[in-house]
Amino acid sequence: MAILETEGLEKRFGGIVAAHDVSLAIEKGARHALIGPNGAGKTTVVNLLTGVLRPTAGRIVLDGRDITALEPHERVRLGMARTFQINQLFLDLTPLETIGLAVSERLGSGGDWWRLVGSKTAVTDDIVEIVERFHLADVMHERTAILPYGKQRLLEIALAFACRPHVLLLDEPAAGVPEAERHELLATIAALPAEVTVLLIEHDMDLVFSFADRISVLVNGALFVDGAPEEVARDPRVKAVYLGEELDA
Amino acid sequence: MTPLTGDVAAYLRNRARWSPLEIAFWIFAFATIWLFPGKYLILKDTAILALFALSLDLILGYAGILSLGQAAFFGISGYFAGLVAKYGIINEPVIALLLGGLVAAALGFVTSFLVLRGSDLTRLMVTLGVSLMLYEVANRYSNITGGADGLQGVEVAPILGRFRFDLYGRNGYVYSLIVLFVCFVIARRIVYSPFGLSLRSIKGNALRAAAIGIPVKWRLVAIYTAAAGFAGIAGALLTQTTAFCSLDVFSLDRSADLLLVLIIGGTGYLYGGLIGAVIYKFLQDWIATLTPQYWQFWIGLVLVVIVLLGRDRIGAWNEAARNALYGAFGRLKPRPAAVGSER
Repeated sequence: MAILETEGLEKRFGGIVAAHDVSLAIEKGARHALIGPNGAGKTTVVNLLTGVLRPTAGRIVLDGRDITALEPHERVRLGMARTFQINQLFLDLTPLETIGLAVSERLGSGGDWWRLVGSKTAVTDDIVEIVERFHLADVMHERTAILPYGKQRLLEIALAFACRPHVLLLDEPAAGVPEAERHELLATIAALPAEVTVLLIEHDMDLVFSFADRISVLVNGALFVDGAPEEVARDPRVKAVYLGEELDA
Repeated sequence: MTPLTGDVAAYLRNRARWSPLEIAFWIFAFATIWLFPGKYLILKDTAILALFALSLDLILGYAGILSLGQAAFFGISGYFAGLVAKYGIINEPVIALLLGGLVAAALGFVTSFLVLRGSDLTRLMVTLGVSLMLYEVANRYSNITGGADGLQGVEVAPILGRFRFDLYGRNGYVYSLIVLFVCFVIARRIVYSPFGLSLRSIKGNALRAAAIGIPVKWRLVAIYTAAAGFAGIAGALLTQTTAFCSLDVFSLDRSADLLLVLIIGGTGYLYGGLIGAVIYKFLQDWIATLTPQYWQFWIGLVLVVIVLLGRDRIGAWNEAARNALYGAFGRLKPRPAAVGSER
């Protein structure tokens, strides 16, 4: 059963069509990759899914519920969280505060103005679990601004994960991470709980083919091919427009 | 409990603990009641300015909302307190003060929806516009407000029915200081709460804040409303302690001075408004005795120097001084950095 579906999603910026008739179906628990050459509209699709952009036409269904008109924060509460291609972190906060913030928000005490952060043990326990899962314990008291890039990248994912999403959208999670820190990041992504559905937007073909069990290819804002990794790899059209150049390189 | 759980829990518990430096600050603040008996008037004005600056710090330092119109809330509550006292509608100053705060908060709530649209410049203009409009409304209805002559004949009853506003201004100062302290404690609770943390995240990155489920708009409405309430309490205090209210409570100067105070004191750590108010008032007082006519020149010079030196450098000195002090007190590792310091 599809947990996240789009029907005929379209986004125009003036005369430019950034996304055209995108109908995706992402199965529950899937490791689904969305790939495509530069400028194919991958990030536009993510922005549409998460509510940063409003579609010109089409609809989005999460867990059987139409979320097309909902605000970004309402979609998070319904179980969809994302990471960003370029880190969007709170540079003045520490990782501990950052995660504490997201956890408080999810457990419904985000608007609480009289209690202190973490005065509930449920919040503390959850923070600890996430800090450990994302290998942030040793830097959790540092300001985010001074963390090594690899740790910031981990925090980027940890922050989305702290919303305990059913569907997690990872927008190029490994982009720009130096080789030395890459392994820790990939291992952490591979170890995400199986019940969390992951939509991975990625350029890196090694990562896509080692991780995904289903791949959708986006070209010029439209869905081009959709299938299992082997099918996609074999598809001559995909090779021609996209993988061809990549694999030859 | 694993060591990490203990560590996280202890950190979160200690995050909002009063530091020795803060306790010393407040002991000194209250000691001034006995230390400087001849200075009650300027001390009282300083306390009111500090409370007013605290209200701007809540929205600027924590939520990143730039405003040139805090005087709107200061003024409306100032007139409210004056009118209810003049016509004997509410005779107890503390109740009038709280109601004045509520009136200002209500105005804050209504105008917040205008302010939250758009960028810094838009906000600056909208906040300025709102206070200009109120200024002229008060000017137009001079039969109620006294117009350019100010509201005459305000008689403020004793505080809690017991403490009369005396000629030396002692009770007025003690009253203002207590109100400042209570408001400060509430503001401090707010900024260390999950709500306060979410404000800092919105200031840091509103896009991401929304992406982790924070209703950005409503949080900003809430803090703008609360800050308006604090500004209102400051305005009511001024009217009550001077038994007078004039159009200048709405003036642009008043809002602009407030920004100056925060530039001097720094934003985003709550004490900026307090320290800034002390420096600003006493600098003004001292320079005015030297050159009664041209004191603004020196204030301007101080401003230029501060901005040119840059907040970061001053922040770094501040940090170094703080670390030294924390070392001296042998306390826990200090909290990471002056939060969200302005450039």
